[in-house]
Amino acid sequence: MENLIEIKNLHARIDGKEILKGINLTVKPGEVHAIMGPNGSGKSTLSNVLVGHPAYTVTEGEIIYKGKDLLSLSPEDRSHEGIFLSFQYPVEISGVSMTNFMRAAINAKREYHGQPAMSAGDFLKMMREKRALVSLDSKLANRSVNEGFSGGEKKRNEIFQMAMLEPTFSILDETDSGLDIDALRIVADGVNKLKRADTSTLVITHYQRLLDYIKPDIVHVLYNGQIVKTAGPELALELEERGYDWIKNPQ
Amino acid sequence: MSNEKEYIEIFEQHRNIIEENCAPLLNEKRTAAFEKFKASGFPTRNDEAYRRSDVGKQFQTNYGMNLRRIDMKSNANDLFMCDVPNLKARPEYILNDSYIPTQQATADHTSGVFIGSLNEYARSNSDAIAPYYNALAQKGDSIVQFNTAFVQDGACIVIPKGVEITETIQLVTLLHSNIDILNNRRLLIVLHENAKANILLCDHASNEHTTMSTQVTEIYLGKGASLNLYELEDTDKNNSRLAHLFVQQESDSQFNHSNITLTNGFTRNAINVTLIGSGAHANLTGLAICDKEQHTANNTVIEHVASNCTSNELYKYILDEKSTGVFNGKIHIHPDAQHTASQQTNRNLCLTDCARMYAQPQLEIYADDIKCSHGSTVGQLDENALFYMQQRGIPKNEARNLLMFAFAGEVIENIDIDALRDRLHILIEKRFRGELNKCKGCSLCKK
Ligand SMILES: Nc1ncnc2c1ncn2[C@@H]1O[C@H](COP(=O)(O)OP(=O)(O)OP(=O)(O)O)[C@@H](O)[C@H]1O
Ligand SMILES: [Mg+2]
Repeated sequence: MENLIEIKNLHARIDGKEILKGINLTVKPGEVHAIMGPNGSGKSTLSNVLVGHPAYTVTEGEIIYKGKDLLSLSPEDRSHEGIFLSFQYPVEISGVSMTNFMRAAINAKREYHGQPAMSAGDFLKMMREKRALVSLDSKLANRSVNEGFSGGEKKRNEIFQMAMLEPTFSILDETDSGLDIDALRIVADGVNKLKRADTSTLVITHYQRLLDYIKPDIVHVLYNGQIVKTAGPELALELEERGYDWIKNPQ
Repeated sequence: MSNEKEYIEIFEQHRNIIEENCAPLLNEKRTAAFEKFKASGFPTRNDEAYRRSDVGKQFQTNYGMNLRRIDMKSNANDLFMCDVPNLKARPEYILNDSYIPTQQATADHTSGVFIGSLNEYARSNSDAIAPYYNALAQKGDSIVQFNTAFVQDGACIVIPKGVEITETIQLVTLLHSNIDILNNRRLLIVLHENAKANILLCDHASNEHTTMSTQVTEIYLGKGASLNLYELEDTDKNNSRLAHLFVQQESDSQFNHSNITLTNGFTRNAINVTLIGSGAHANLTGLAICDKEQHTANNTVIEHVASNCTSNELYKYILDEKSTGVFNGKIHIHPDAQHTASQQTNRNLCLTDCARMYAQPQLEIYADDIKCSHGSTVGQLDENALFYMQQRGIPKNEARNLLMFAFAGEVIENIDIDALRDRLHILIEKRFRGELNKCKGCSLCKK
């Protein structure tokens, strides 16, 4: 397979307002891409469109994922096909325990792939192992999903879920925000450990420090709903130094 | 007044048949009750308490009544036996409105515990319950008076002073008949000083015919007595239930009520708790899960008469399709009820635009040194939470179920009996999946 995902001339709107104005982006298996860009440029919109959020309407363009038309798949089937989004703002789900939530997710995926439901013992063992990967406190795993979690704990919990689901294509939307210095390293280590030769990652961030740990192959700048610049990892360093003005207002 | 006319005639013409098989204690209350009913008729939608529940309409069907007490017990045992796994319960059965004698001896003469037929007990131990029977209910509305006029049997539970019944007393009401039937049931529960009991009341229907039940329950809790009362309605769309529960609590008594409407047709539960002794505590919780055109109304009134009492109320509704829910919660704090702490919470989920919830909290406070709060909300399922779950691969339907289950969980957690709580968890999950009511009989015990 040549490309894992190919986004072609993607236009999307929310509440009648066009946010994505012709995105073109191709990610090959094994690659790590970073997307940077000023606030409000459309980075989270792109993430949400990729996972099929119903609030967004695609008005033009297409997305080919593993050779299939991604936009025709339901959000849950996209998940089963290996797409994972670490949300910028993870949702609190009161009254649904992490364990029940994860069990439902894992078993839905297994069912989709024609596998039997996991035994209780195997499931709990898997929970323990994956928790260790991002040093997620067992107390958090026993609580309701994200309820009362601190900002950093929520982000750690996102990566824990990523570890459980072992996605092929992961989108990390500002997973570094809210993490302290140690947590950033632990979470980034976790992401790197989950990396396989056939998996790809899209890292959305404002800061170079995450990219020190999760090394991108390619860096894009998203501005006003379009990818306006694409280069190697050195671009992130340059942006850190110079900001976005030179891209927004090219001389 | 067209509907009531028919019932007035039935009563006047067949009074001798009604009374023939009944204890004097039941019969001597009929005249006054009948006169009250005759004077006011069935409640209409002009009555504030019935504004959202058209009860008169429920009496329109041409119902039969088992006035001659035709023995139906032979087929009762064939219907099913209820056995909740791990629930140490002694199931007792009521068929429509007749108590069905069971094999086991329910009257324990040495300890004075009685669990059995109200009519029987009113005959054999009239003195023991005469101070209680109809004492609270006589003040009830015309449905209660109707019940008192027509009632012929039901169940009676008497727990003497200091006696603690550890196993759960389970009373199953089976609704089953070959004709459309009107049942008038009566329950009397007396827990004397420091007595303790857990009672589970289940209503089940296995019926193609329409049933209408009036049920009046009177509960008296003596000083320091403690009762957990779990009520579960799992009937179907052909059944109407008009239930009135009166509770009177003396000092330091505890009343813990879980009132769960899992499946039904038309239900109106009126609950009236009076705290007459200081230090008493009432905890009223309720859960209604409705879809299609189901109607579930809970009208609760808590009378804080004595000082230093506490009451807690949590009612939750999940309304799907074209169902309607009604919650009227009145808290009345009398002038002498200083240091009352009272809290009322009502949370509702409307899953469709056609589902309707009518919520009306009502506080009447005549004492100054009290703590009292209430809150009511109506909302939808959290779309963001649904999407978050879908992103993790959980199909939308299942995500909805998980959210509804979480919403309902708060009420179920109030149940102290592990086996019953576990069973209800499973039942509610099945309810959300639409898997209930596909089998005949009691879903509480079917796997
Ligand atoms: N419901 C909506 N109606 C109109 N505009 C919206 C709506 N939701 C989001 N937007 C706009 O879409 C634009 C893109 O938002 P998006 O969240 O994708 O930005 P972002 O690049 O992720 O920003 P940040 O770096 O702050 O996370 C913003 O200008 C935002 O205000
Ligand atoms: Mg964003």
